[in-house]
Amino acid sequence: MAFTYEPIATINLTAGATNYTFSSIPSTYTDLVMVSYLRAGSTNSSYVLRFNSDSGSNYSNTVLYGDGSSPGSNRYSSQTSAYLTYYGFPTTTSTFGTIITNFQNYSNTTTNKTFIGKSQNSNSGVDAVVGLWRSTSAISSITIYAGDTFASGSVVTLYGIKAA
Amino acid sequence: MAVRSLKSGKYSRSLLVGNNAYTPAYDSIATVTVGSGGSSTGIQFTSIPSTYTHLQIRGLARETVTAGNYTSFYIYFNSDTTNNYSGHYLAGNGASASAYAWTSNSGILGSFLTSVDAIANNFGAFVIDILDYANTNKYKTVRTLNGFDNNGNGATDFNKGAVDLSSGSWLSTNAITSIKLTGPSTLAQYSTFALYGIKGS
Repeated sequence: MAFTYEPIATINLTAGATNYTFSSIPSTYTDLVMVSYLRAGSTNSSYVLRFNSDSGSNYSNTVLYGDGSSPGSNRYSSQTSAYLTYYGFPTTTSTFGTIITNFQNYSNTTTNKTFIGKSQNSNSGVDAVVGLWRSTSAISSITIYAGDTFASGSVVTLYGIKAA
Repeated sequence: MAVRSLKSGKYSRSLLVGNNAYTPAYDSIATVTVGSGGSSTGIQFTSIPSTYTHLQIRGLARETVTAGNYTSFYIYFNSDTTNNYSGHYLAGNGASASAYAWTSNSGILGSFLTSVDAIANNFGAFVIDILDYANTNKYKTVRTLNGFDNNGNGATDFNKGAVDLSSGSWLSTNAITSIKLTGPSTLAQYSTFALYGIKGS
């Protein structure tokens, strides 16, 4: 019996880090799942990504969010990066937010790439995000960016899932 | 790095003495990829083994016939298409959030997905969890995370993109042995549905 769901790489982000790239992602999986457990090093806690170093306006998002009062939804079209979470991650000391992102069929060369995820920021609220990268290229690298910096203790793990 | 015993076939976390052997908890059961010409009848997983605790379906999908930028597909268990299903959804369309509930429905909302007028090569994505599917004492519960984004293209907000959290119940205590996923028209080529089994301890 083979392993179907396995870790590819884990990065323990150092205080002051602004970005990190998962490079040389093998094409041997069907889906990727990225689990982010993050705290911001400053007040700007946004969290975005780019695939394959593409900085063109090829990204878009639709987001759903709730902060304890009324839910809402926003759209971001033709962006140079894609949001992984609406609320970002916490800035409070010792408080970390969780973002779980699914990249479906990331290595196919026929479809544009769609990812979906959910996140929670105990300082702000919960959200769900769908993102589109308008490219049929296989995803071979994912670069994540903090709005400013990541705080010490932030951890991101990339998993691969193999279908039969 | 895991190590596999040639004698038992079981996996160990390492070669260190005292580490427990274990078998993988997340297995691929079957995958269906829609071929050339599409599928007008949806896709179906049959003869699902009862040896797992939960099931998960992951994939991408698009339809070819329904007018507009999006549509949805529904989930049916054990070929039951009577009004034995209920559900809720909470969705965002880029402009507002909305919620809906239905009872005595003939299926469970599985996912929103792109359709014929969406931008080329754009598919909706979904993760569907089916909990305690083989238990014969409980109604079956489903939850989904799904959505699509069409980069602002479309006549209405929903046509431009949507992200959705749904839940549903199948009001039956039968163990789930088959799952059908079908939309109102034809699933496009390259739509992919992968079924996984998750084991308990």
